[in-house]
Amino acid sequence: MTGLKADLGVSRGEFAVGVAFSIEPGQTVALLGPNGAGKTTTLEALTGLVRLDSGRIELDGETLDEPNRDLFVPPEHRHIGVVFQDRVLFPHLSAVDNVAFGLRSRGLGKQAARKRAGEWLDRLGVGSLADRKPAGISGGEAQRVALARALVTDPGLLLLDEPLSALDASTRVDLRRLLADHLSEFSGPSLLITHDPAEAFLLADQIHVIEDGAITQTGSADDIRLSPSTKYAADLAGLNLFEGSTSGGTVTIRGHQLRAADTSTTGPVLVTIHPRAISIHRSRPEGSPRNTWETTVLRIEHYGDRVRLQLGVPLAVTAEITPGSEQALKLKEGTAVWISIKATEIDISSQ
Amino acid sequence: MIRRRRNPVGVVILAAIGLAFFALPLVGLLTRAPWSDLPDLLTSDIVLDALRLSLIASLMATALSALLGVPLALMLARAEFPGRSVLRGLVLLPLVLPPVVAGTALLFTLGRRGVIGEPLNEATGLVLPFSIWGVVIAATLVAMPFLVITVESAVRNLDPKFEGAATTLGAGRWEVLRRVTLPMIGPSLAAGLLLTWARAFGEFGATITFAGNLQGRTQTLPLAVFVALEQDRDTAIAISLVMVAISLGVLVLLRDRWWKTR
Repeated sequence: MTGLKADLGVSRGEFAVGVAFSIEPGQTVALLGPNGAGKTTTLEALTGLVRLDSGRIELDGETLDEPNRDLFVPPEHRHIGVVFQDRVLFPHLSAVDNVAFGLRSRGLGKQAARKRAGEWLDRLGVGSLADRKPAGISGGEAQRVALARALVTDPGLLLLDEPLSALDASTRVDLRRLLADHLSEFSGPSLLITHDPAEAFLLADQIHVIEDGAITQTGSADDIRLSPSTKYAADLAGLNLFEGSTSGGTVTIRGHQLRAADTSTTGPVLVTIHPRAISIHRSRPEGSPRNTWETTVLRIEHYGDRVRLQLGVPLAVTAEITPGSEQALKLKEGTAVWISIKATEIDISSQ
Repeated sequence: MIRRRRNPVGVVILAAIGLAFFALPLVGLLTRAPWSDLPDLLTSDIVLDALRLSLIASLMATALSALLGVPLALMLARAEFPGRSVLRGLVLLPLVLPPVVAGTALLFTLGRRGVIGEPLNEATGLVLPFSIWGVVIAATLVAMPFLVITVESAVRNLDPKFEGAATTLGAGRWEVLRRVTLPMIGPSLAAGLLLTWARAFGEFGATITFAGNLQGRTQTLPLAVFVALEQDRDTAIAISLVMVAISLGVLVLLRDRWWKTR
């Protein structure tokens, strides 16, 4: 097991994708980028649905595609599990037959394949839906069936294309946990394709930011959050994202308490605070004492017409202000400041 | 409560006239039917021979259309090649041509003196016209386009992502076709086969031109009606009623079963 080594060159008319990355066995790598950045093309090249124009794909020592040497392994002979965007379950087959499909293609008998498929459905908590057609199950359930279908053949590479984007907020959190569990169990390399920074930050060990068909930055979630190298990365990296819990409008993040406008949600939540929603003051401001605290400016970064501040204890957040405010406040690294966040800007989605 | 939108009165009246257009000929047939003589008329050799031949030949034509028409539809829908639209026009030509022209074309191609018929005859002794094969070939030529257009449009509307997913699950081309493409277009395929059968069952012009009109060999029910009309009107009506009953029965029964699942 040597994992995946990919150096992909695909041109489609005006648009060209040129990305290179590798994934160790057991590692989860995210390809994070906006729509039209080349994520789907990358996925199709890895599965073999699209041929490379240049470069090379190697999985566990086997070359899957290398146009220079005229090597091409067709998709049906690559051992790759794919969880497609929109799932793409076969509408004419029951859940169990959808999962058994890949086993049957690989020569397993009908009974044995259905038995193994049923076990995987059980593992993913949807065993009771085995005989239902995809049209008769919910989005979250369908996603579990799709994951079972991708994992049941014990693939050498797992590809997840926007696995959570088609789901509503509460289902998404459940499935993200399930996905995190299965990704850590899966012994092969996994590639997560997403436009959602939260998904990438929470599920992946390493993130490649992809824009206009090229990788613009590579690193851990922290690397990208602390020093984004492009405007796009800066946009998504500045997002303050925490796991916490809430009860009656009081949100607890790492022991620190905040007041949120949403008082109806209870239990574990994902908290997001936009960096521009955090205001900076030199003296104690008016307002809810919970959402106001004193801290230190750890770092100041300039991105054109905006300034990003990394703030320290008690809750490390990123704030964004204008260069004018920076001057008016006479901010330097190490300056003590007060910050305040409106309760309505504390966005929570239940886990 | 959601109220259904009502159609304008003019539409309702025209629709009623349209319906009468279909219903009245049937009424005419039924009122003139020799009901008491019907059992005798229908068990005559002429009728039984024609019925047997019609059923067998139309089913064979449907099977042949499926065997050749489905691959043709797949190629027209999916394969990229120059002149595809010309080819599609060629396939659809029998829909607009008078069947007698199709029969004439067959005669000069596959007939005893035909371009292909003559060498075929010399090599194998096979004579296509004036045999059940002639009936099947004539019916296939005029009926297969119905299958091709129905299946082609179904395949065109099928999102290729399903077949792509099947491929990543280890299914080769043939398996993808068998386990994903064909089942997914199942309802359209069934509808196309039904139309094809119905067209083959009622085929007249190409059959009489190419296969001739020999009782027990090439005389199908429509041909028998045509002959009887000259000699024995009661028999003509009786055979017509048989055709109406079979066609209506098949259309109503199978249509409900297949199109409900959509």
